Amino acid sequence: MTTFDFEKPIAELEEQLEKATSIAEKGKVDMSDSITKLEAEIEKTKKEVYSNLTGWQKVQISRHPERPYTLDYIQGICDEFLELHGDRNVKDDKAMIGGFGTIEGKTYMIIGHQKGRNTKQRQMRNFGMANPEGYRKALRLMKLAEKFNKPVITFIDTPGASPGLEAEERGQGEAIARNLLEMAKLKVPVLCFIIGEGASGGALGIGIGDRVMMLEYTWYSVISPESCSSILWRSWDFKEKAADALKLTSDDMLKNGLIDGVVKEPIGGAHNNPAEIFATVKKEIKRLTKDLRALEVDDLVMQRIEKFSHMGSYHEI
Amino acid sequence: MSWFKRVKEGISTSTKDKKATPDGLWYKCPRCKKTTIKEDHVANNYVCPHCEYHHKIGSEEYFHILFDEAQYKELYDNIISGDPLEFVDSKPYTKRIEESINKTGLRDAVRVGVGKVDNQHLVVACMDFNFIGGSMGSVVGEKIGRAIDYAREHKYPVMVISKSGGARMMEAAFSLMQMAKTSAKLALLGQEGIPYISLMTDPTTGGVTASFAMLGDFNIAEPEALIGFAGPRVIKETIGKDLPKGFQSSEFLLEHGFLDFIVPRTQLKDQISTLLYMLSEKKTRQRKEKIEAAKSEA
Ligand SMILES: [Zn+2]
Repeated sequence: MTTFDFEKPIAELEEQLEKATSIAEKGKVDMSDSITKLEAEIEKTKKEVYSNLTGWQKVQISRHPERPYTLDYIQGICDEFLELHGDRNVKDDKAMIGGFGTIEGKTYMIIGHQKGRNTKQRQMRNFGMANPEGYRKALRLMKLAEKFNKPVITFIDTPGASPGLEAEERGQGEAIARNLLEMAKLKVPVLCFIIGEGASGGALGIGIGDRVMMLEYTWYSVISPESCSSILWRSWDFKEKAADALKLTSDDMLKNGLIDGVVKEPIGGAHNNPAEIFATVKKEIKRLTKDLRALEVDDLVMQRIEKFSHMGSYHEI
Repeated sequence: MSWFKRVKEGISTSTKDKKATPDGLWYKCPRCKKTTIKEDHVANNYVCPHCEYHHKIGSEEYFHILFDEAQYKELYDNIISGDPLEFVDSKPYTKRIEESINKTGLRDAVRVGVGKVDNQHLVVACMDFNFIGGSMGSVVGEKIGRAIDYAREHKYPVMVISKSGGARMMEAAFSLMQMAKTSAKLALLGQEGIPYISLMTDPTTGGVTASFAMLGDFNIAEPEALIGFAGPRVIKETIGKDLPKGFQSSEFLLEHGFLDFIVPRTQLKDQISTLLYMLSEKKTRQRKEKIEAAKSEA
């Protein structure tokens, strides 16, 4: 498992614990005292480390290679899932997946960015960077959900919309813009979960929801800290500073009224206990859908539009 | 007829400009290097008569070009930027805003005007590139949102003239959410059958392209404008080679199906006017009668 620099104190203690346990298992020395002590120390250190994370450290966790991706959530949450492919125009974008899934007898349309685990997969998934056909596939599936009155769930995890010749030729800007407008008036409940990286328009393109929830150790902003650093300070070296300045963490986003809630993760991040995060997210889906289903459709849409209409910071003089 | 009127207005504007401009009587085109008498250049809507280079202009100039007798009412000019993130890079964001206000005489990167185009009401939100690269922060989102609300309330068509480098980084996620906000407002406008014209000018990129600029009932552009989602530099770095000539130009977008038409600035008012007439049958009838009357007079 990948550990970050700031996790070293924990890793070291865990190593000691492992040694102590193996000695104990060999049965020669009674280690129970030091094992208990080490376990307590690990808990304490974890709490210390993970409750004082900087913006940049949270960005690192959001990109942890073992972190669950969209298809992992689907597998962990749904009883059944039927993937649906293609935008009916150009092709099937592998960086954006979607389909109908059932959760405890109810059907949802689930859509999300998809990253790959190994080199080959990463390439196939284009690192979770969708092309215009990905956004158009997502929209097609959302309209399908609307037609059959199923709630929409999106899982957001992208370093950005794909930049490239073909993306521009096929109208990346138009595709994202169209999704923003169409999602705003979708006549079914829309839940969005930022499960990893929420980079800019590429994230927002499936991010117009009645409830937008960020998992605890994720980030959401208009630009990545690295790119922000390179533009504002003309160097990649100020990513920590940029991460702080952008106020991109779940806590900051909630405080600024730009998201609706934070979903608590297992200590140290979702990858430390996938089963736990799947259970939490599943519970949230059920709770939020129930709230939203209680609204009249017109009110649901109007409240969604009103919510985004009120985002901004300005003065009237 | 309307064309003559505008030339005259142009001349009167240019007299005013002349006094304010120290470098005198001549405009030198940065592309073909040929010179034009300044007032002729202004009368030609800041388009080089030799090579049709469209000089970058701001909201004031567009309002003068579009609105009858250059008469319009400015709306929501009392809105100025906050500093939600207390952002500091090479200088504090508040200082940057203050300096930009002092330097440009503008309050942010968009102005909203309502007036008449050949006697037809039109709300225009026009971006100003001079103000922090025409970047979209909360003020831009709010003013465009209100321009759309105003159009809905009065049942006037609305036009947004885009000219922007994209997001305003100093407002980070607040800037991002202006894409959502303006698009949501356009969703409401669309439900009421009120026309929305999006004019893209050089440059229109990033979050502006990926929201209101691409959502027009009519997406139109000035010739040879740079229009795209990702910036050319980013794409070049990603693909590791030079971009094809004309990539992300207005002509490229027209060819790929993302624009309804390209309009030279010298024909902008006439084309907008024609479009507005066509969308209102009553006015189309009136216009037809006028044209026939003019013909029989001749
Ligand atoms: Zn020229």
